Amino acid sequence: MNQPIYIRSVAAISPRQSEPRQSEPRQGEPRQGEPWQGGPGQGEPDYRTLLDPKLLRRMSRIIRMGAAAALTCLREAGIAMPDAIVTGTAYGCLEDTGLFLKSMIERNEAVLQPAAFIQSTHNTVGAQIALLLGCTGYNNTFVHRGFSFESALLDAALLLADREAETVLLGGVDEITETSRELLARFGLYRRQVAGEGAAFFLLTGQPSSGDFARLDGMDTFHNPKGTDATEQRLMSFLSSKGLAPGDIDLIISGDTGEISASLFPGTPNLNYKELSGEYPTSTSFALWLAARRVRSGARRVLVYNHYLGIYHSVYLLSNADK
Amino acid sequence: MSKTVPVAVAGAGVISAIGNNIRECLAALESGRAGMGDITWLDTVHRGQIPVAEVKADNDRLKDLAGVTGVVSRTGLLSFIAAREALDSTGIPDLHRWRTGIVSANTVGGMDLTEKFAFCEFRGRLRELVQHECGYSTEMVATRLGLRDYQTTISTACSSSANAIGFGAKLIRHGILDVVVAGGTDALTKFTLNGFNSLMILDRAWCRPFDDERQGLNLGEGAGYLVLVSDAVAATLPAPIDCVLSGYANANDAYHQTASSPDGRGSWLAMKTVLERSGLDPADIDYINLHGTGTQNNDLAEGTAIRRLFDPHYPKMSSTKSFTGHTLGASGGIEAVFSVLSVRHSLVYPNLRFHTPMPELPFVPTTDLIRDLPIRHVLSNSFGFGGNCSSLVFSKSQS
Repeated sequence: MNQPIYIRSVAAISPRQSEPRQSEPRQGEPRQGEPWQGGPGQGEPDYRTLLDPKLLRRMSRIIRMGAAAALTCLREAGIAMPDAIVTGTAYGCLEDTGLFLKSMIERNEAVLQPAAFIQSTHNTVGAQIALLLGCTGYNNTFVHRGFSFESALLDAALLLADREAETVLLGGVDEITETSRELLARFGLYRRQVAGEGAAFFLLTGQPSSGDFARLDGMDTFHNPKGTDATEQRLMSFLSSKGLAPGDIDLIISGDTGEISASLFPGTPNLNYKELSGEYPTSTSFALWLAARRVRSGARRVLVYNHYLGIYHSVYLLSNADK
Repeated sequence: MSKTVPVAVAGAGVISAIGNNIRECLAALESGRAGMGDITWLDTVHRGQIPVAEVKADNDRLKDLAGVTGVVSRTGLLSFIAAREALDSTGIPDLHRWRTGIVSANTVGGMDLTEKFAFCEFRGRLRELVQHECGYSTEMVATRLGLRDYQTTISTACSSSANAIGFGAKLIRHGILDVVVAGGTDALTKFTLNGFNSLMILDRAWCRPFDDERQGLNLGEGAGYLVLVSDAVAATLPAPIDCVLSGYANANDAYHQTASSPDGRGSWLAMKTVLERSGLDPADIDYINLHGTGTQNNDLAEGTAIRRLFDPHYPKMSSTKSFTGHTLGASGGIEAVFSVLSVRHSLVYPNLRFHTPMPELPFVPTTDLIRDLPIRHVLSNSFGFGGNCSSLVFSKSQS
């Protein structure tokens, strides 16, 4: 990713807010006064204001979240038809996959309804958005665990660099179900954070315009680094490749408890975004949403750093496009 | 966007119902031997009712071939066997010198293990469930083959691995990697068998792509990978590059979640665009490896799109799904390997069991093996659920 990318608009649906356009909730503040446990369907908006109720009935939650965030993002950008749609999702359509699996087991493979199977494929969210828009352009879905969203973003960057697309609708989306929450808890995924889910979409272009939220100056991913030293080295070389030092960063948005950022970036404010989004493999899409909004509201440079399960590390640098 | 720079194909590997490697698959393609049969390995009530194209090895045999032990999804085993063959076939000296990676694809990840877990009322062993995610097998193969610098997984239903190859080529063209293993894998599962059965598009006999009396598809399984390399790597290889990926295009039908538009607008757009990117005219294509699933809707849409783009100069065409069945997320990879072999060995494969032309189409697929036609450019089509349509063009190397 060598050329800057401009984030023209953003939209997210996440557990701690009820409308994709609403300003972000304050950190550490439980929604509606209740302690936040994490779980399916918290904070979802009234989709009837965003999507055709006739279509809504057939959409599982992940499709609703994705389609509503995508359409809101496009509306904010004032773009009716993107040139490309690229989506990242690690788990895909868990609800429909589970429904079809369960009915297959309960009915011992006897006559089954195809509806859940049809919408169980991982590309369903990206495909449904294309269908809603009538968008015949490039359409791809990445499903690589904690790098699902990062891969989608790289694909978007290459589409813009090749001028294969002038506008790319990029999204990260994952859902939890009661079954997945229980099983992933057994894996220890929620030891440090509550169960999360959500959809965050971005309209990206290679050309700046006056209403941009932020400029994305770079992204790096690294897989399974050997210890904290290797991670810190990688972060530092990322910064220096952009001609920056730690002191140039106004805000760090990170998903860990902050030990790395505290030692590398002493004195820089650190926002733990997973208190807002919960833990899920494409949560960095929510972090990027948050970062873009912070740049828009005044931060000069924001660094996003996350690791998922200690294996999938990603870092993003955003800045004010006018600088 | 105008013509793109071709990317060298340095290696290929495949496993499918017609063979566990390139040599066996090629022999079957040349002798017209299909891989369909009764269900042998899959534990399902549909055994004996629905023909499928299984890889002719149970999981223990696959583990022997792969040289692995423990609980490994069939998806992962197939992936590793084909990806290893692809990488080994390149003869790249000092692989560790280069930035290496993998772009794999599949549709249901380790569903073969998840099903077992689910049948125990979701109370089974976690080590079975951990392989459910699509990215798991990619990660396992990357680790075992020492592909260190980049890994990702794509899932766009039946076009998944064509997109993996297209994305892999971009990583080479942009200098992000020097060597990329790209393709896809899918194992037969009860989930997909029952899913396609519920859609009533499974033929109870062996499938007949592009035949007027076609009754649907046969499901298959397998994996297929190419190794794409930069020019710098190509210069170090023991043998000259004989095949390149000339172009890749991805479009969406935007018509229906599962059905193709009647005029195949997504298919047409993918084929038209890949020709532009390859700098070719329709008349330059010598062979089309069809998506050709054998369903009423798919074949008519693809055929209509081909008529619109190619009329009146029709290349040779065939669906090798008449040999391998529809291997879903692996099909684009397996058929890319077959397309490379077509270029390398100047072969057009037969479209098996074709008898009755479709009245809607002015062309018929090739029914006999053709050996004497010079093959310069092969078009490979992969279209899927969600309207995802992708096309690749492979060409004889100019060098």
